[in-house]
Amino acid sequence: MTTDAVAKIIERCQALYEDLNFEAVKRWKAAAPGRKAIGYMPLYVPREIIHAAGMLPVGILGGGDQLEVIQGDAYYQSYICRIPRSTIELGLTGKLDCLDGMLFPSICDVIRNLSGMWQIMFQGKYVRYFDVPQNFDDAIGGEYYVHELQVLREDLAKLAGADIGDAALRTSIALYNENRRTVRDLYAYRAREPWQAPTSEVYLVLRAGMLLPVEEHTQLVRDYLAATAAKPRPKRDNARVALTGAFCEQPPLALIKSIEMAGCYIVDDDFMLVLRWLLDDVPESGDPLHNLAQSFLHRSVSTASKFEARREDKGKYLVQQVRDTAAEGVIFAAPSFCDPALLDRPMLLDVLAQHGIPCTAFKYAENTGQMAPIREQAGTFADSIKLWSTT
Amino acid sequence: MSTPIAMPATKKPAAPVQKEDAMLLQKEMINRNYHDLAVAHDSGRKISATFVPGNLNELLMCFDFARSLPETNALQNALRKRTGKMILDAERDGHSEDVCTYVKADLGMMLGGNLGPTGEPLPKPDVLLLSYTGCFTFMKWFELIRQKYGGEAIMLHVPYQGDGRIAPNMRDYVVKQIKDNVIPTLERISGVKFDIDRLREYMRESQKAEENLVRVLQSAKHRPSPIDGYFGAVYYIGPMFTAFRGTPEATRYYDVLWSEVEARMREGKGPITPEGEITEEKFRLVVEGPPNWTNFRDFWKMFSDEGAVVVASTYSKVGGIYDFGFRHDPDRPLESLAEYCLGCYTNLNFPQRIDMICRYLEDYQADGLLINSIKSCNSFSAGQLLIMREVEKRTGKPAAFIESDLVDPRYFSAANIRNRLESYFQMIKQKRSTQAAALH
Repeated sequence: MTTDAVAKIIERCQALYEDLNFEAVKRWKAAAPGRKAIGYMPLYVPREIIHAAGMLPVGILGGGDQLEVIQGDAYYQSYICRIPRSTIELGLTGKLDCLDGMLFPSICDVIRNLSGMWQIMFQGKYVRYFDVPQNFDDAIGGEYYVHELQVLREDLAKLAGADIGDAALRTSIALYNENRRTVRDLYAYRAREPWQAPTSEVYLVLRAGMLLPVEEHTQLVRDYLAATAAKPRPKRDNARVALTGAFCEQPPLALIKSIEMAGCYIVDDDFMLVLRWLLDDVPESGDPLHNLAQSFLHRSVSTASKFEARREDKGKYLVQQVRDTAAEGVIFAAPSFCDPALLDRPMLLDVLAQHGIPCTAFKYAENTGQMAPIREQAGTFADSIKLWSTT
Repeated sequence: MSTPIAMPATKKPAAPVQKEDAMLLQKEMINRNYHDLAVAHDSGRKISATFVPGNLNELLMCFDFARSLPETNALQNALRKRTGKMILDAERDGHSEDVCTYVKADLGMMLGGNLGPTGEPLPKPDVLLLSYTGCFTFMKWFELIRQKYGGEAIMLHVPYQGDGRIAPNMRDYVVKQIKDNVIPTLERISGVKFDIDRLREYMRESQKAEENLVRVLQSAKHRPSPIDGYFGAVYYIGPMFTAFRGTPEATRYYDVLWSEVEARMREGKGPITPEGEITEEKFRLVVEGPPNWTNFRDFWKMFSDEGAVVVASTYSKVGGIYDFGFRHDPDRPLESLAEYCLGCYTNLNFPQRIDMICRYLEDYQADGLLINSIKSCNSFSAGQLLIMREVEKRTGKPAAFIESDLVDPRYFSAANIRNRLESYFQMIKQKRSTQAAALH
């Protein structure tokens, strides 16, 4: 591998990231007759079912900082976050016409309501609010969830015009297991050698997974790991930080770069959790829906939109992430008006304080343009870790 | 029948407030409940906290809990002008200015020593029954309280009606949670054994009160309407949506209320407002969204001064929709509780909400729709501008949009709201004259 190999991969990912017309999706659909694509919003949907239906799952994460939102603003008051308005803008300007359906997972009231708005505004498209259990008992939440998965399976089978068999589901589960393993490798590599895998690159590589078929994305991640390993880069005396709160509306890439330029290595984050929602392999034999449900109930990440059944477990996952990645501090980066992230924040701050983990917090929007204050805050945070941290 | 009573002195002496007898009865009930909460622990009772939408009051009574409802605590504090400081205290304690002010008012009240709206202490709840119905914030609210003050939280996850219906598995899921999680935990915490016949008995009582509540709300179909279905209705729904549904005193309250309303209807009288009776009904409105509580009386006056009567509202369905036939059913107690939770207004999807508003405009012969969009409440507010457009498109009736907040006085701009309302009433008048001209 040459140094150009990394640049080439990142260039490809950047092009996918900037393409608000979803040309990659259109190309995939055009490659064979009758292909369909299903959009989904954060946080989590079982992409295996979409894949097993022969369809392309497409992650929709708003319009970023390159989309001028004109019509979308007419649907929302000033105190609502930005992602639904830019998503509506994408829809109304025809950019999402290539999607045959949209899934709106249970994350917050804004995305929940957007599901109904979509039903009204884009009639004729398949729209589903995808509810997930907040009860994690097998016989209660598990049974409910298996039913929800079955409904999705039947809906997509109808849309595809063919049943989705267990064998197809098992194959898809295996492919997504492979993808999750590769993404975990990438996270582990970055945590080990963050100077070799800057988050501004890692982010783009992950983001490509929102558009590419899973097989292609897995290969892309592997290629990136190989290419960057072959290209030694200088190690800086940066602070190692975990970034949290950015699980839905995405920060602009410039914000991630600003944090890094300010002297931070981001060694963990919660971007695009759908890629890592399930913490280990879903069993590839047996009842596939049961297996997906079991993984969801018992082996999935902890985040703000999920109920923490026991008080003593609140923040435990984040603290463990900090320990596992040897992070020296936490940056809370939450979108303005994001209920899940901002309501969760005081509790997580409290837990981090109990563990003596330094943290700082700021808000952003997907189109935040002024990076100087963020750079200053992140820089001060990095300096304070380097100067005062006892760990 | 109505009785004028004097309001406590404020900076500016206010005119005597007109109150119906049922309102006085309710005030007594509320004060007594706050007193019960204050002395609960001393008298060996355990305290529950739960939310208004999807509240399982009948079930909680089966375990002898004294019952607190955090949203009503916040709104009662706001009516007494106390929430401004509470919210600031919570924000100083690290809570974002962007999030729900009910939550911050509640946490601010706790930071300030946890004195309830009547000035008596509100002891720490022994159980937080998290009826996760139609509002994401509820989940975080109880996690926050549990984090800071301890106590046990029981999750009752109520799936959203994303497809516009209650599917059997949704009901089964809620029933199983009630049966296998909620009831055993309540038994353990309270030390009281669950008795399903006791639950049935409370539900029988609920039914009676529900019948009368529906009669009261539907009296607004009459011209002139004897009630205000928004500002007045927040009083009418009070006992039903809080700690009283299923009690004989709630049944008595709704008996008294219905006889008052029925008499007013028979006599062709308009609604009683704090300023007196509306003698000429000039506008009939449907309102979507919760009211502002910090300036409740001023807000209502902006309507009553113009002869505007709200004949139906969605907010008065937030703790249960009874006017389309649902009643608590003692013959199917757990299923019925599940259906109640699943059917609350904010658990409906957008097409259902729009259908309901259009139906109200038709059934109540309203002139138009007014949306009071609340900064704090994404569950209600996110997407209301689409509701407005759709309703206008489908009914041809004018709609208007105002913005305020639940309990944060910083977000109530009287001048802006008044201007918008005046323009809206002008719009309705103009529409009427255009229609009249078209008929001639």
